[in-house]
Amino acid sequence: MSVIVFAGAAQFAAVGYVASGLPWPGIILLTFLLNARHLLYSAALAPWLRDLPFARRAVMAHVLTDEAFALSISHFRRLGRTDEWGYWVAAIAVTFIPWNLATIAGVALGAQIPDPARLGIDIIFPAAMIGLAVGLITGRRELVAAIVGAGVAVAVALMSSPSIGIVMGGVVGPLVGLLVPASVAHETAPLGTAGSAERYAMPGVHVEREDADEVSTGPSADGHR
Amino acid sequence: MTSDLVLLSVLMFAVTYPSRALGLLTPGVDRLPKVVLDYLQLVGPAVLTALAAVSVMVVVSDDDVPSFHIGIEWVAVFVCLALVARKGNLFLGLVAAVGIVAVARAIGLAAIPA
Repeated sequence: MSVIVFAGAAQFAAVGYVASGLPWPGIILLTFLLNARHLLYSAALAPWLRDLPFARRAVMAHVLTDEAFALSISHFRRLGRTDEWGYWVAAIAVTFIPWNLATIAGVALGAQIPDPARLGIDIIFPAAMIGLAVGLITGRRELVAAIVGAGVAVAVALMSSPSIGIVMGGVVGPLVGLLVPASVAHETAPLGTAGSAERYAMPGVHVEREDADEVSTGPSADGHR
Repeated sequence: MTSDLVLLSVLMFAVTYPSRALGLLTPGVDRLPKVVLDYLQLVGPAVLTALAAVSVMVVVSDDDVPSFHIGIEWVAVFVCLALVARKGNLFLGLVAAVGIVAVARAIGLAAIPA
């Protein structure tokens, strides 16, 4: 399941529902709802990956996860251009391989850990998501989208289900973010500029302006910001 | 049972892959109007914070009823957020978050999730 589906939340849910005897159609529907947010990721990455061959993009789609999306798009923004290897590293080396190795380790050794919840491991996922979101917030529009997305997600989750809440937060948050006028958006590092590369550079690393500008082939290269 | 789970996995893949592939494989996404591309750039922060918020603020009971949750997890996630924002170090933030939750649960300040 970790290789074929490769979707953590859906896998956790499916295991629980299989154990409790829920019919398969219910599990399939839940999986669809839980993973519907990937449509937003896919659309957001599309402008960056538009020049790659169809077959490679088809493979990229299978390994598109929350982590792969956040790591790769923040990497692209940091560089101000697309970096295909950056995507593969984020999706395969950092996510797919460790996930499957950890799955094997869990099957082999999981029973040796009496109560994994005591270790606080369950906090890693939300903490990682909020940490990765911080890297994507470069102005007031992003900040508003993030805050509204979280608020809407929680409200809708309480009224319906967490999976629907997450999708609604992801849809509504950016809509409200767009209401922030460009004049007050305070984008500190417009995408694809030297400012963007410098803003996201590792501590101690400084980007040469001409290098950053000449590699601007991402969505903003043709003036989207 | 094992072969049944493989079939279930294939069915789960069948409903997951289209949402992952639609945007990447549909031609012309990059030629969408500027406002749509601007919208897509805001999707990342919104979805990631939505995932984090729902994970720590909403719990679902055994009978599938969601409820609002307040707990040490809020503090842990906030500390992680602050460390990432101030230090730019996600690893440090994750270690701090896990440490806070583990200690709180060990000394009985926080309930251990079922």
